Amino acid sequence: MKRRTFLKGIAGAGSLAALGGAGITRAFADDKVKMGFVYVGPRDDYGYNQAHFEGKSAVAKQGWVKAFDEENVPETIEVIKTMESMINLDGAQVLFPTSFGYFPHILKIAEKYPKVMFLHCGGLWDASKHPKNVGSYFGYIDEPVYLAGIVAGHMSKTGKLGYIAAIPIPQVLRNINSFTLGARSVNPKITTNVVFTGGWANPVKEAESANSMVDQGIDVLTCHVDSPKVVVETAEKRGVMCCGYHTNQAVLAPKGFLTGAEWNWSKVYADYAEMIKGGKTIPNLVRGGIKEGIVKSSPYGAPVSDKARKHADEVRAKFMDGSMVVYKGTIKDNKGNTVIAAGKEYKQTDIWLESMDWLVEGVIGAAKS
Amino acid sequence: MKAHFESIAIPSGALLVSLLLFGVFIGIAGANPFEVFASIYRGAFGSWFAWQDTLVRAAPLMLTALCTALPARAGLIVIGGEGAMVAGGFSAALTGIALNGTFPPFIVITCMMFVAMLTGSLWIGAVGALRHYRGVNETISSLLLNYIAIALLNFFVVGMLKDPETLNKPSTYPIGDANMLGAMGSSSIHWGLGIGIIICIALWFLMRRTTFGFGMDVAGGNVRAAQLTGLPVGRLIVMACALGGAAAGLAGMIEVAAVHGRANTSLNAGYGYAGILVAFLARHNPLAIIPVAILLGGIRASGGLLQRAHDLPDATTLVMQGIIFVVILASEALYGRLPWLQPKAQPA
Repeated sequence: MKRRTFLKGIAGAGSLAALGGAGITRAFADDKVKMGFVYVGPRDDYGYNQAHFEGKSAVAKQGWVKAFDEENVPETIEVIKTMESMINLDGAQVLFPTSFGYFPHILKIAEKYPKVMFLHCGGLWDASKHPKNVGSYFGYIDEPVYLAGIVAGHMSKTGKLGYIAAIPIPQVLRNINSFTLGARSVNPKITTNVVFTGGWANPVKEAESANSMVDQGIDVLTCHVDSPKVVVETAEKRGVMCCGYHTNQAVLAPKGFLTGAEWNWSKVYADYAEMIKGGKTIPNLVRGGIKEGIVKSSPYGAPVSDKARKHADEVRAKFMDGSMVVYKGTIKDNKGNTVIAAGKEYKQTDIWLESMDWLVEGVIGAAKS
Repeated sequence: MKAHFESIAIPSGALLVSLLLFGVFIGIAGANPFEVFASIYRGAFGSWFAWQDTLVRAAPLMLTALCTALPARAGLIVIGGEGAMVAGGFSAALTGIALNGTFPPFIVITCMMFVAMLTGSLWIGAVGALRHYRGVNETISSLLLNYIAIALLNFFVVGMLKDPETLNKPSTYPIGDANMLGAMGSSSIHWGLGIGIIICIALWFLMRRTTFGFGMDVAGGNVRAAQLTGLPVGRLIVMACALGGAAAGLAGMIEVAAVHGRANTSLNAGYGYAGILVAFLARHNPLAIIPVAILLGGIRASGGLLQRAHDLPDATTLVMQGIIFVVILASEALYGRLPWLQPKAQPA
């Protein structure tokens, strides 16, 4: 008897829930531009994911845009389900899965949803291999990193800089190299110590590395991990200077923050939204640097000297007029081999730079974790 | 019959209480609890699409939960499912790469499963052996083995086994499209779910219907008593760990063969840790793991909708999982204490 009442209860609860479900199913027949964003980490990580979230929040302010997002989505089948859910339940027209590791999963479902545009951050879209409704966008963030290197070069007293990096992939190596080239353009004796933590979010190792670097006499720290928060805060606590990455971390280090390299996704996402609204064809490959407004520098912090500001501003002007080339011979790697011969130069668009596997002279460390 | 009723009624009651508490939390967070519950239902079980979403997320949890549940039967608290899954997935990928093209897919897949289970069983079996023969705390050793597995994977994936085409997401070479586990029927659910359910049922049978399982329960209940009755306690403990490890290793193989097609750091996406939660909620009963994994899969599946429809942070679903976990553990104290749930005393 009791069992029967119990079962009845369950059935009742089920039908109630079903009613509730039908009641709030939202119709998405309005004509807003629907954009879905997926992040691999938290929205408020003071880093990679926050940069995208800020971009999403900016575009969401437009009345004719409906933007929605999900955080902490792992690079497994879960991202496929998240994207399909955004398409099926929210009517997403364009998706921005923002983590590198999402790319193979995008390719698995893109052909199933030909009307949806999948725009991936960082991936290399290849017309011969990939469907037309997939694309990629990315910025030459090593330009503002180079500028940060210049500032660090001016401000460092010990001539020793520290770089805490996730894993030795081309993108990360390119930032380390650009930072070091920037600093050594000020003082060719400067060195950069590099530590690879082995993962994008490894706060314990990031803190340990930052502390040991300060112990070794390094007085400017920077990093390439998903969230620079730990490194920047540790630098501030230990009384050394730091350069930020991904987004503006000035509030975390009011005394020692110099400048940093930031993504300017607000502009990129606003451009995409305009294109969709205007019914234009979305380009499959979007790339750009400081000049195109895809990346920018964080405002200078209080300690930055006038000389350093002036030098960095001059080089920024050269990036703006296109006359600045970071990878210009002669460049040697840190094993003494010449990797770029005298007179040879690789512009940012050069695909060769996207397979970088060496570290420039002056970097102390090896390109493996 | 009554005893079974108790073991269903208490967790169900606990679930209702935790939903109530979660509703209060939602109210404080500034959303309407009823709408949120409706969204959870819609995102997890409200349509065939939602069901597929839920089941696909539940599949790896079933197998990693076994990695905690089985050793727990023998009295050990093992939290090494993550490491065993990584080790199993990595060894499965190596097997797949080595055999790809030389043997028919059926044989390659079978070998991958076998190697993954073997690796997983050695991985966690070692934890059991260290515990029984050397007195090393199994919780600590299995946790540390997780880090070792992840570090080994990173080392090989970034180093000598890296496919040069995978520039910004270092991965091994692919195991080949022919050797992938497909979807079940016309659904989008891969065979990992079927395998998970079969293994859970098989291990339930082993634990509840064989002398081996009974011996394991005795060893877990009281080691001294088990030894006095002549049970091979050491062997039972190592076997329990090895079986659990094999299940988690298989989860890794499924992740490689059904989802990624190669091994990379996505193998360590936290399924091993979520499995610990599932095992405890299921009170280490392999059969109960199936519905509990589906429930947790559903909560994970609906997490996205909560973020999109109600502007709640992702941590909301973690709060919900946490509340359920605490309430269910607390409800353990009720077993045998609620008079109306007890079997009536036989008249003398």
